[in-house]
Amino acid sequence: MIIRSKGFYDEFERKGGRRRTTHYCAGCGHGIIQKLIAEAMVDLGIQDDTVFVSPVGCAAFCYYYLDCGHVAGPHGRAAAVASGLVRAIPDKVVIAYQGDGDLGAIGFNNAFQAANRGDGFAHFFVNNALYAMTGGQLAPTTLPGQKTTTSPYGRDVVNTGEPLKVCEVFNQLDRPVYIERVSVADSKRIKQARKAIRKALEIQKEGKGYAFVEILSPCPTNMRADSVGAAEFVTKEMEGYFPLGVFRDRSDAETACCMEVAPKTVEEIVDADYAGDVIADMPELRERRYKFSGFGGQGILSLGLVIADAASEMGRHVSWFPSYGPEQRGGSASCSVVVSGREIGSPTIDHPDVLVAMNQPSLERFLPTLRQGAVLIYESSVPLNVEVPEGVNVHPFPAARIASENGVAKAANTALLGCMVELGLLDMPEAEIAEALRRSFSAKPKLIDSNMAVFEAAKEYARKELS
Amino acid sequence: MTTASPGLPRPVILVEECKGCGRCVHACPKKVLHISDTVNGMGYRIAEYAGEGCVGCAICFYNCPEPFAIEVHKEGE
Repeated sequence: MIIRSKGFYDEFERKGGRRRTTHYCAGCGHGIIQKLIAEAMVDLGIQDDTVFVSPVGCAAFCYYYLDCGHVAGPHGRAAAVASGLVRAIPDKVVIAYQGDGDLGAIGFNNAFQAANRGDGFAHFFVNNALYAMTGGQLAPTTLPGQKTTTSPYGRDVVNTGEPLKVCEVFNQLDRPVYIERVSVADSKRIKQARKAIRKALEIQKEGKGYAFVEILSPCPTNMRADSVGAAEFVTKEMEGYFPLGVFRDRSDAETACCMEVAPKTVEEIVDADYAGDVIADMPELRERRYKFSGFGGQGILSLGLVIADAASEMGRHVSWFPSYGPEQRGGSASCSVVVSGREIGSPTIDHPDVLVAMNQPSLERFLPTLRQGAVLIYESSVPLNVEVPEGVNVHPFPAARIASENGVAKAANTALLGCMVELGLLDMPEAEIAEALRRSFSAKPKLIDSNMAVFEAAKEYARKELS
Repeated sequence: MTTASPGLPRPVILVEECKGCGRCVHACPKKVLHISDTVNGMGYRIAEYAGEGCVGCAICFYNCPEPFAIEVHKEGE
């Protein structure tokens, strides 16, 4: 019998390296850990069903070594990628592998939220108390007083906080099934690490949920020691802050903590009938660009939506692009609507054909962007004290008054819609607009009749006073 | 690589894969490994087996960070 590594590619097709050696420094813990993962993967018979998410950091090249499926995560995002994978391929085993800079700093929230959701993957967290690939900088896990290239006098906990104890933090969450901290500093500890890694993968094989294994690991290069000295640092110094042990094991529980997600096809998600529609081009149709602006609550966004809905029902290309901001607290709200016979390049509008302005800031902001031939409709109770660009047709319109007089004080937007129809600015049959207006109140049918009254009154006013 | 064996367990150290980190030397409970004067193509002084005393415990294998640097050959199991 020969005891040798399992689960690795026969050759590592890495640029510039030897074909049968890793890129890790002599004495690095990564190789030991990956040997344990690969071995467990093969022994459990899950090698062909495993997707390994590699991190950014020294372990970024895992996909050259372990013989399984791989996705390389952006910096810090291995847990987020794994969360996506468990939803996309729920019947596969997913492994996320991250270092302490990757998981503990930039990616902490992703890891924490994945643990909190109990996403069903094995999460291996390699802790060497520093950033290794970038040259030994201070990490969240760096020990108090530990010298790194960015803490040359030792970590000052007053300035930079205490070492981040990820197992202890995750152990406050309800969903994780298994949490253990192990080490690969010496033979006894490697034996325990081997058990923990196998356990985490068994939990995946059985679909039981989220398993987190933190592995204390020596980094001779950045610990400024030989392999034995670095391992001693892990045992004598790191274990003082990061005690080894099983924090939680609920793998025997009857019910899986893992969510059950039925996979869906793209067609199921987006509605196959709709996705199949192709909007025919109408090149003869001139592109119309509408800007609606007012304060939050005036129905500016809804006004744009009614027009967009009507155009969409007629099979035209439409974009509706709201500008959010502090408007929900009463600030300015605006939206841009583009209706076109061709595919729309951009939903944003620099120079509207029609500007509907319902308050002073809207006039100040957007009136100067109008060009010759453009149309301005503004709420006539607002004083027009902004210079009107040359060649712009200006229509003061008492939208608020018309709405009030017809019993729906809030329907100024409906009044403006009627005005636009009467002025012929919408390039669509009136019936289509009216139908879209009715549809917009489908959840509040009581408001349909009163709004239709406002709509008619507004048309009448525009016919008499504006045209 | 040969599996022909003198009948006793023994570590097989692959010259070009060993990085000479010495973890196996330190970990070996029988102290039958040492760092040799042999330098491989990468410039590492590699680990070497004394030639006898191995009990086949494979502790050197699990302490070795390289996937292919060390194997433990055992007879008849």
